[in-house]
Amino acid sequence: MDDLIAEFLTETNESLEELDVDLVKLEQDPNDKELLSKIFRVIHTVKGTCGFIGLSRLEGVAHKAEDVLGLFRDGALEVTPEYVSLIFESLDRIKYIVGEIEVTGKEPKGDDSELINKLASVLEDGGVETTTNEELAAAFAIPDLDEDSDDDVAEEAVKKTESSGGTEPQKARESAIANQSLRVNVDVLENLMTLVSELVLTRNQLLQIMRSSNDDSFTAPLQRLNHVVSDLQEGVMKTRMQPVGNAWSKLPRIIRDICNELNKKIELDMKGQDTELDRQVLELIKDPLTHMVRNSADHGIELPSERTAMGKPETGHIRLNSYHEGGHIIIEIADDGRGLSTQKIKDKVLKNKLATEEEIENLSDLQLQQFIFKPGFSTAETITSVSGRGVGMDVVRTNIEKIGGSIDLKSVEGQGTTIQIKIPLTLAIVSALIVESGSERFAIPQLAVKELVMTSVDGENRIETIKGTPVFRLRDNLLPLVSLQELLKIVTPHSPSAAAEDEQVKEPTNNYNGKYIVVTQVGSYMFGVIVDKVFDTEEIVVKPVANMLRNIDMFSGNTILGDGTVIMILDPAGIAKSTGDIDMAERNDNDAAQRAESRAQDKTSLLLFKAGPGAPKAVPLELVSRLEEIKAADVEYANDKMVVQYRGNLMPLLAYDSSITFENVAMRPVLVFSDGNKSMGLVVDSIIDITEHHLDIKITSAIDKMLGSAIIHGKTTDIVNVSYFLQHIDSGWYNSRAKKTLNSHGHIDDTKRVLLVEDSPFFRNMLTPLLKVAGYDVTTTGSAAEALELCDQDHEFDIILSDIEMPEMSGIEFAEELRRQDKWQNIPLVALSSHTSQHDVNKGIQAGFHSYIAKFDRDSLLDTLSETFSEARKDYGEAL
Amino acid sequence: MSTMTPTPANDIQDTLNGLLSSELSTDYLTIHIADQIFGIPVLQVQDVLGEQKVTKIPLAPPAVAGALNLRGRIVTAIDVRCRLGLPPAEIRTQNMSVVVEHDGELYSLIIDRVGDVIGLNNDSYESNPATLDPVWREISAGIYRLDENYWLCWMCLCS
Repeated sequence: MDDLIAEFLTETNESLEELDVDLVKLEQDPNDKELLSKIFRVIHTVKGTCGFIGLSRLEGVAHKAEDVLGLFRDGALEVTPEYVSLIFESLDRIKYIVGEIEVTGKEPKGDDSELINKLASVLEDGGVETTTNEELAAAFAIPDLDEDSDDDVAEEAVKKTESSGGTEPQKARESAIANQSLRVNVDVLENLMTLVSELVLTRNQLLQIMRSSNDDSFTAPLQRLNHVVSDLQEGVMKTRMQPVGNAWSKLPRIIRDICNELNKKIELDMKGQDTELDRQVLELIKDPLTHMVRNSADHGIELPSERTAMGKPETGHIRLNSYHEGGHIIIEIADDGRGLSTQKIKDKVLKNKLATEEEIENLSDLQLQQFIFKPGFSTAETITSVSGRGVGMDVVRTNIEKIGGSIDLKSVEGQGTTIQIKIPLTLAIVSALIVESGSERFAIPQLAVKELVMTSVDGENRIETIKGTPVFRLRDNLLPLVSLQELLKIVTPHSPSAAAEDEQVKEPTNNYNGKYIVVTQVGSYMFGVIVDKVFDTEEIVVKPVANMLRNIDMFSGNTILGDGTVIMILDPAGIAKSTGDIDMAERNDNDAAQRAESRAQDKTSLLLFKAGPGAPKAVPLELVSRLEEIKAADVEYANDKMVVQYRGNLMPLLAYDSSITFENVAMRPVLVFSDGNKSMGLVVDSIIDITEHHLDIKITSAIDKMLGSAIIHGKTTDIVNVSYFLQHIDSGWYNSRAKKTLNSHGHIDDTKRVLLVEDSPFFRNMLTPLLKVAGYDVTTTGSAAEALELCDQDHEFDIILSDIEMPEMSGIEFAEELRRQDKWQNIPLVALSSHTSQHDVNKGIQAGFHSYIAKFDRDSLLDTLSETFSEARKDYGEAL
Repeated sequence: MSTMTPTPANDIQDTLNGLLSSELSTDYLTIHIADQIFGIPVLQVQDVLGEQKVTKIPLAPPAVAGALNLRGRIVTAIDVRCRLGLPPAEIRTQNMSVVVEHDGELYSLIIDRVGDVIGLNNDSYESNPATLDPVWREISAGIYRLDENYWLCWMCLCS
């Protein structure tokens, strides 16, 4: 292809893009003379140029289109949608031919006579004789001839625009501006950008050396270099900047086509077209944007009749707006259409099995709406030619997240949908936070980092664990945590896994001491990344990782730091993906869900420790509120008992075994059991591990301290009876606490009789003392059958607590049985279970349980008991 | 190494044939790993480096030793011993590496020792023995007979 044609193609493509926009404008305002002359000019130039380089087919179409436009301009023909459509058709034909030339270098074969005839008939409508047809035939045969007529028309055009008045000077100015700009191949700019990036890095390196050296002679030139490089960087960035309007230029045409096809009335308002952003970013958001606008027009805006029925104006509006906001570009797409239908989303979610009914029940509208970003999701009932094929918003989101952007959706049913896209200004240089984990350094894009938290052993910034999973309470929100070291499997001599393998002593609470949490946000999902150290932020140039490492999701690239070392750049989206389902992130309160989940399994988290002679000991982790290291020096003796000042209170200490003392040791690990604001500490030799294990007590114990022994990880382990120690410590405070609780509810004046039906001796032994100290009279049975025997023997109780999973007769069956007979029919029935999903609760309530509580949730157990009593009392009162 | 895309042996063969047909002899940079001598066509070699500061890459395939900075370009370091299924060197006196380009990306091959550049007569080229270890076959394009011992000719091992 020769240079002439190449030049022609670039120019034509550009003008054709503009024409799309202009023609739609023209249709809306047919009297805009200036616009008309502009369109005329463009078509005229196309025709003229292709005549010059001998592209006859292209010229034929352009020529006729120009003639029709000429009639518009002269006012001989009214601008109607039909005619504009015809011009569009011609434009499309021109584009097609141009496209073919671009690929093959030649005009494609084909016949345009049908189109030309249509145009000719329009000309006839406008009172022009069809002699032009012959002229055209001549034009096809002899290009030279046409050039003559071409000149005539050109002259005419110039004359006419001149006569149309004041527009001429402006035109001249425009072309003057055009002369000041020049076309540069994108590759050249890209290359320049890479070089500048390198320069920036080298400067950073120099500055770093400078900081640590005492030589002053370089300070001034370096300072200057610093400034020049910054300016250069900015300058080169500018060359890559393009107004966002460039990505929007196709949209008016798309909307127009949709309107015609679907008989809708839509107006597209665009604001902030001049907002500039990196062309690389622009390219990447072009398609997602088009897709979303198309969605709004197709699914969002209703038909005119529907709109009037709803009391809305007949014409729907789609508003595009873009602006800068703190290093980001915000693009908003808002429509005043029907909004997202929550019900339809629900149906679709269930139909596609993206979630279960129970899961959906608990979701807010906002969370439900997030489903539209799931793959294979489309709420449109019918698939139109425009959209609704189900490859949609998920791709949009992926594309936007790929460039470090985020997408936010707000929709009110019946009122419309607003989508907000936040994208970085440029991809080439990003600001990143440098962190260290397991003696390796990593960069986290600053964009995703919301805040940093330094952790401590106690106090507010404490990392807690839920079944071994670290979590953090950030301003009353539960933040899931992920340890970078574990995530990336970085092994150091001090890493927990290594320690566990070596059977070394480890202190779980101290694992997170002095570490940092990088609070990261991906979409609407917030999570914390635990790292060892945080350094400062650095401007980095993201370089793609080697091909063989592409499949590691955790990294989005790598870069060279100021000191010359290579560093891997973490990909927050990848980390989020590996930590869980990011779409279903429940920001409000997912700790209940997590707790429920942790209970949904039969396994119990056990804290293993050594205390005194014999087998290792274990205690359910749920009962332990904290692990502490108490210094021997801090231990005091009051009333001959060990106490320690702990969080402004005195905490009694009890050694597990008399052999454990604070003599000759600097500190000892202490298991803290808390109840209300009172705590007690159990002094042990050492903490071994936290493990998840099915608790199956093989041998029941005769010793009060122990519930029995179980096999854990192939070793005989004694299960400690916590209640024994709780009772053993100054029992006074336990009672006072119990009284306080009861008094606060104020309903218990005489001792209530509680029947506990529970097959597991472990839980029986755990709950009985608890209920006893709370002031209840407790009777226990090991099975439902035994309980029914008590019923037959005319025993009376005020409340029945029953386990659900029991052999022979389950709690559900037990409840149904109780409701069938009349003796115990009216006794409140409370279910105790390790399963507390909504489904289970419903099942329980149906069977006749009054309420449903989790076995380990001591507080809610006590609360439920007193509540149940108060309700029963109220019912009783009402019945009277 | 299922995560890596193995270069089809044909490619290696093609390159080699190209080299073999164009000239009578080819220049190779010899490198030593364990007791074996290997050769890399000298035109593929970008650099020979001494001890380098290598950044470890977590979760990467075991043969990837890390990444290093070579004059502003990021180079992936490959532990050749690991790639070949050899045990790590007992005493690694000097950590030498040879930087080669493959598919537009730079790779640094960590080896025991770098030898000389030698020109080899194409007559002494022989294709891989069929019984060669499959791991070795993936990276070896054939062998040359030297005076005393055979050695493998090596085209690329970054695949």
